[in-house]
Amino acid sequence: MGAGHAHKLYRHGHSPVHALPPHCKIAAVFCFVLIVVSTPREAVWAFGLYAVLLAAVAGVARIPAGFLLKRLLIEVPFVAFALLMPFVAEGPRVSALGMSMSVSGLWGAWNILAKGTLGVAASVLLASTTELRELLLGLQRLRMPPMLVQIASFMIRYGDVITDEMRRMRIARLSRGFEARGVRHWGVLATSAGALFIRSYERGERVHLAMVSRGYTGTMPVLSDTGAGGAQWTRAAVLPLSALAVCLLGWTL
Amino acid sequence: MSTNSPSAPPLSAPSSLEVSGLAYAYPDGHQALFGVNLSVGRGERVALLGPNGAGKTTLVLHLNGILEAGAGSVTVAGLPVGKKHLAEIRRRVGIVFQDPDDQLFMPTVREDVAFGPAAAGLRGAELEARVTEALERVGMAGFADRPPHHLSFGQRRRVAVATVLAMRPEILVLDEPSSNLDPASRRELADILRSLEVTVLMVTHDLPYALELCPRSVVLSGGVIAADGATQELLCDEELMRAHRLELPFGFDPRSVTVPV
Repeated sequence: MGAGHAHKLYRHGHSPVHALPPHCKIAAVFCFVLIVVSTPREAVWAFGLYAVLLAAVAGVARIPAGFLLKRLLIEVPFVAFALLMPFVAEGPRVSALGMSMSVSGLWGAWNILAKGTLGVAASVLLASTTELRELLLGLQRLRMPPMLVQIASFMIRYGDVITDEMRRMRIARLSRGFEARGVRHWGVLATSAGALFIRSYERGERVHLAMVSRGYTGTMPVLSDTGAGGAQWTRAAVLPLSALAVCLLGWTL
Repeated sequence: MSTNSPSAPPLSAPSSLEVSGLAYAYPDGHQALFGVNLSVGRGERVALLGPNGAGKTTLVLHLNGILEAGAGSVTVAGLPVGKKHLAEIRRRVGIVFQDPDDQLFMPTVREDVAFGPAAAGLRGAELEARVTEALERVGMAGFADRPPHHLSFGQRRRVAVATVLAMRPEILVLDEPSSNLDPASRRELADILRSLEVTVLMVTHDLPYALELCPRSVVLSGGVIAADGATQELLCDEELMRAHRLELPFGFDPRSVTVPV
């Protein structure tokens, strides 16, 4: 990842997907997810085609399957919920493997599982081909409220600073013989958290002062004005458009 | 104390900074400044000395209009500080704050240095050139794409200087520039500051540093300018130093030093 600081999600590369402007990619992923969600759940084959489409994108972006699958693990808690559905849902039931399951529950579980997995996979692809900072620029260009973009970018900038401060406070506590061992010590931890909050609040004020001193008037200047050309939009649109074709087939067949 | 500075430029040069009769009380009633008069000529390097709580920071925050004068006025290169031209004033007065983590708030060094000029409306190649120039002047051009928190403290301080240099300020105001720096970074920063052709007002407790860099010093004490003169003379005036809680480091004799010109 070179000298630069990249987020763990990002995978450095020079593929055509990496090179696309971030706002094109965000729009493409958003449309793709909408299309996937609006596909009828009975069209099982359509979801297979969606997965093939994503695999093709991953191939072009040279993201190894293992990397992608590992990132997909984030979905596990939701999967657990989906797996419960066949057992708790109402309606006609079928038995398989000696268990009685609800038919509508099974469809519901499949629906969540398939659409969720595709959505997460698309987002993971976006995150591994787009730097965090670029994502923010993309959102800004897509007219996301500037205040939200600024808040997110400050989170990136000051996350480490505050973690560092937290670490120093912990070391200071340890150095004075304190170790959190149970509920009775929670008071000390709470006080530390409070102190950290106040310090961060004060830092916020100082940062604002520094910003105002350099001409900040409420909006961040857009530094690199790399608008997207028609060709780039077309390339980004390949994914949602092919997905749309699959979706329409799913409704008509 | 004399008010004539030894390095004062000829009268024809417009002064970078003109503070007259500046008084200020905080909203809670605590009065911090009681009529400060200070004039800094173009190209001068002046140290602002004073004990803790003397009102140094309060004075600095008046220079770019963050605090509004209760009485008196501040003028930067002929332009009065006020609501009307705040943007231009803030371009002209470059404040480098003490903690570089407060000053560097953008994800990369390049974006941070570009922030000021971009806020002033610069774009594209011109902006890029401005950023490169500012980073080169502090010897940090190779670090443009790094995030600030991956730099050493000394490097961050230098980038902080670059962020205000990029605005081509009339006057550079440094708040404790040498604090927390190791001796090598301290010297590097001194070399950089000496190489800049810009008016400098340096707020500091570091008296040897003031002597090294600033031919002229002013002492702010109790909300007024208590002394104004050649740095070496001030530091040698033991009575004055004692009266304003200024102390030299152990073993340092300002008389023994030949001040660089």
